[in-house]
Amino acid sequence: MKRVVWPLVLALVLAACGDAPSPARLRDIGALLPPLTFTLHDGEARTRRAADFAGQVVVLYFGYTHCPDICPTTLARLAGLVRRLGAAAARVSILFVSVDPARDTPAVLHAYAEAFGPRVVALSGSQEQLGALARRYRVSYGLGPADGDGQYEVSHSSAVFIFDPRGRARLLATAEDSDADLLAGIQGLLAAGGNERWDGAR
Amino acid sequence: MQPDSAWAYLLPWEFYPAVVLFCGGLAWLYIRGWRRCRHSARPAGYAALVSFLTGLGLVYLVMHTYLDYLAQHMFWIHRVQHLVLHHLGPFLMLLAGPWEVLRAGLPVSARARWLPALARNRPLRLLYRGVQYPLVAPLLFVGLIYFWLLPEVHFGAMLSATRYQLMNWSMLLDGLLFWWLIFDSRPASAVGRLGYGGRIVILSLVVPPQILIGAHMALATESLYPVYNVCGRAWPISPLTDQQIGGLVTWIPSSMMSVLAMLVLLRRWMREREGAPLRQGSVS
Repeated sequence: MKRVVWPLVLALVLAACGDAPSPARLRDIGALLPPLTFTLHDGEARTRRAADFAGQVVVLYFGYTHCPDICPTTLARLAGLVRRLGAAAARVSILFVSVDPARDTPAVLHAYAEAFGPRVVALSGSQEQLGALARRYRVSYGLGPADGDGQYEVSHSSAVFIFDPRGRARLLATAEDSDADLLAGIQGLLAAGGNERWDGAR
Repeated sequence: MQPDSAWAYLLPWEFYPAVVLFCGGLAWLYIRGWRRCRHSARPAGYAALVSFLTGLGLVYLVMHTYLDYLAQHMFWIHRVQHLVLHHLGPFLMLLAGPWEVLRAGLPVSARARWLPALARNRPLRLLYRGVQYPLVAPLLFVGLIYFWLLPEVHFGAMLSATRYQLMNWSMLLDGLLFWWLIFDSRPASAVGRLGYGGRIVILSLVVPPQILIGAHMALATESLYPVYNVCGRAWPISPLTDQQIGGLVTWIPSSMMSVLAMLVLLRRWMREREGAPLRQGSVS
């Protein structure tokens, strides 16, 4: 019976790991997460939807502007990498989603995004909107206890989700991935043809 | 991402109609059947009622409340979830020997038509015989634990909503099948009933692999499941501490369930030898 079961288990394992070939050495999440869908607001308090970014490679990252280290370093790194793309940078948007809307008002978001250059868009939303997005991409966040000045830490996911111009979830990057891999991943998604369609929500 | 009121902890994190149908349907069938059997020649006792509903209630709690969120964002709570889905919940449900009661709970037409048709269905019977074959059942039981804990597979299951559901349902269904085989409460003369000795052997076979994988996780010095780092943990806790607790949950209580089941079986075995007929739906 073992003879039957083990090849079966192996086949399942291979099926679970061996999805479509990845354009880079970042983790391929093509089969795991749904297409980009959200309704949030930006630094001008305008409503922004996922479809606004159709035709662009979207780099999605969750954080908050009072974040002491991880968020600014990650954003600076991503913005620096995208700048290296030259003219193609115009087809990449880095979406920074603040999960701390109480402190991150549109004005704060606007100033924060500006510090990282033109390709960064800072977004936030109501608890329902943020919750829906976090649930969709299976990330968690939580507010820590407030100190004497009413300041608090926010725990959040460290994942960088990368979507292709059709809005499909494609790659997952973490702090451990190299600049070269990240750049190759984004370039791969930009180079792939057939991007006229949009798979996310309108 | 915390509920704002105490009640909200009991609300589903994600609404799954299948869980509501499954748990609600079984609870309805069981309670209906239990009341019908109440005055029959072979009533099921209160102990059986409590055991079945507790097991079913636990399954519902880990799948359809805030615990479901915690299980997605904390490794050790995920292990507790699987302990309930694969061991504790089905253990308590099948300990109650619920089949006669559930059958009595069915509407008459279903009992007269569907059940015999299902029992006659050849592919279904073959499949059932296959998965309950004394060598396959323990292999499937342990194999599923190992499969979903392969780091790559685990990563996918925690990121993809579909795979996560598949993982939890496969654990629950296999748990039900396994403890069904172990706590088969039909009389010794029933066709295809596995003897007590064989069941005890199966129970002892599944212990060492569970200890092994539990210890492997509890004693590992590096994080085996980075997906919880990537997606964020439910509250701040070091990844290794999370993994160690998760390993211990897989190691100790899971193996204890086998020992408990052996004690139950030994007691039933002795009673059967003494010639006392098992009461329908008796718990011990």
